Amino acid sequence: MSDNNIKMASEHLDFYYGDFKALHDVSLQFRKKQVTALIGPSGCGKSTYLRCLNRMNDLIPISRVEGKILLEGEDIYNTSWDVVSLRRRVGMVFQKPNPFPKTIFENVAYGLRVNGIRDKSEIEKRVTESIQQAALWDEVKDRLQESALGLSGGQQQRLCIARALAVEPEVVLMDEPASALDPIATQKIEELIHELKQQYTIIIVTHSMQQAARVSDKTAFFYIGKLIEVGDTDTLFTRPRLKQTEDYITGRFG
Amino acid sequence: MTGNRRKKAEKTMKSLFFIIATASVAVLGMIMIFLFMEGLPIFKEVSVKNFLFGKYWYPTSDPPDFGIFPLIIASISVTGVSAVMAIPLGVMTAVYLAELASKRVAEIVKPMVELLAALPSVVIGFFGMVVVAPFLQDIFDMPTGLNLFNASLMLAFMSIPTICSISEDAIYSVPNALREGSLALGATQWETIIRVVLPASISGISTAVILGMSRAIGETMVVLMVAGGAAMIPGSIFDPVRPMPASIAAEMAEAPFRGEHYYALFATGIVLFLFTLFFNVIADFISNRYRQVGEASL
Ligand SMILES: Nc1ncnc2c1ncn2[C@@H]1O[C@H](COP(=O)(O)OP(=O)(O)OP(=O)(O)O)[C@@H](O)[C@H]1O
Ligand SMILES: [Mg+2]
Repeated sequence: MSDNNIKMASEHLDFYYGDFKALHDVSLQFRKKQVTALIGPSGCGKSTYLRCLNRMNDLIPISRVEGKILLEGEDIYNTSWDVVSLRRRVGMVFQKPNPFPKTIFENVAYGLRVNGIRDKSEIEKRVTESIQQAALWDEVKDRLQESALGLSGGQQQRLCIARALAVEPEVVLMDEPASALDPIATQKIEELIHELKQQYTIIIVTHSMQQAARVSDKTAFFYIGKLIEVGDTDTLFTRPRLKQTEDYITGRFG
Repeated sequence: MTGNRRKKAEKTMKSLFFIIATASVAVLGMIMIFLFMEGLPIFKEVSVKNFLFGKYWYPTSDPPDFGIFPLIIASISVTGVSAVMAIPLGVMTAVYLAELASKRVAEIVKPMVELLAALPSVVIGFFGMVVVAPFLQDIFDMPTGLNLFNASLMLAFMSIPTICSISEDAIYSVPNALREGSLALGATQWETIIRVVLPASISGISTAVILGMSRAIGETMVVLMVAGGAAMIPGSIFDPVRPMPASIAAEMAEAPFRGEHYYALFATGIVLFLFTLFFNVIADFISNRYRQVGEASL
């Protein structure tokens, strides 16, 4: 357990929406600088699980968590944890692009400002770097002061990625970041994930088997709130251990 | 044949609604024509400039003075001071209800704020006269508690519900995705409200503020009862004033029909109308201009 390469882990995690138990005893580890894909049919709890990792579910009043989630060995649901600093270390990109109704520049600068960075040149530098890192720079460099809402869906999503990267999190959570995008934008985001893995620990929810196979090192298969199987992506897709997994990845599911 | 009958019925309904709609527009038009017909003749006696900027309103002395500048200043200052009180209170209440209050608290507080809007203005005026005025008089040792400040306070009470409920709708309609996006970056709830939610709902809040103000500037009963009634340019917020609606309401009954005074009061009505029209046009402009806020569209 005290493996230095483990960035984040959940131990016997149960999650409830009121009386409804959405996650059952999920134990999963995420290694540093690896991409882990979460797959499974709709409604199986992937988003719920992901949102436990940065305590986004705290916003749902009736929700309840049991078990542990560890970030570098420390339990993030421990009462002494500061949620704000947790979310700074564990960033998130949402399924639907959600840029703020501000300028492109301000969208990325926002995270820096709320994290106390005031120095103008520092902000400018990090905004530029993050937009470059998100492979968006060439498309927006001449219109940084225009509204982010004028960007295309794919551009908006890369802007949201840039926004998440600007605060230099350690872990990046992505909930189907490419689900609303065309193949070209999707490809750009996948290439981006490859780049990002040099630096970040990435956990990505996806409905596309091909995408999971292309971008991830590990894949975890969820079914009705349970973690069914987890393993190296290559192994899981070629030689799954369980029949359920095989049925799902080959599309014979029902 | 039923198809034909249905078509005919539909057509009848359509024309019926058209007539009803035109009727209210026609009434509005008639009132305006009447207002201008009864107001404009005063400008045969005084120039527009002297009317608007004349400093003396002595409509019954001989010769009379028809300068409504003190009344205009009174209306603007009463509305302005009430805005200074009502905007922060109304918007903050809206933020509290939409963002911070638990569901149960919101369910209790919201109807109460709305009930404030249901209070007849004469009741608010009465409260200002009987409770607030003596209180002000005692505390600040003033000759009269019926003054600009008291009127502004009462008008603030009246515009808070408008400002609050329209702002709350605006804040409520900010997509949750924006809040989550902000929180996920390590912003506190407070920063999220100030820097994301409020800017995203600014058009709705501005509309709310302007509608609240336009209600305040046209309000008659309250200012008639508590503003003090002196047609002078106020030197401080504790001076008595005479806003335009109060002047019209107080003097109309005794102004000789179609005399100069009568015309002057109608002309004051025109000025008041132009003020509220201006507020509404601004409100319309803002809500159209910033319509596209919130969740990005794909
Ligand atoms: N806010 C909520 N309140 C109550 N139940 C919820 C809430 N959000 C999700 N659920 C339920 O929890 C279960 C898991 O939902 P979740 O969104 O995590 O699934 P998912 O695997 O992400 O699905 P999808 O692939 O469709 O996004 C579902 O049965 C869903 O109905
Ligand atoms: Mg989901």
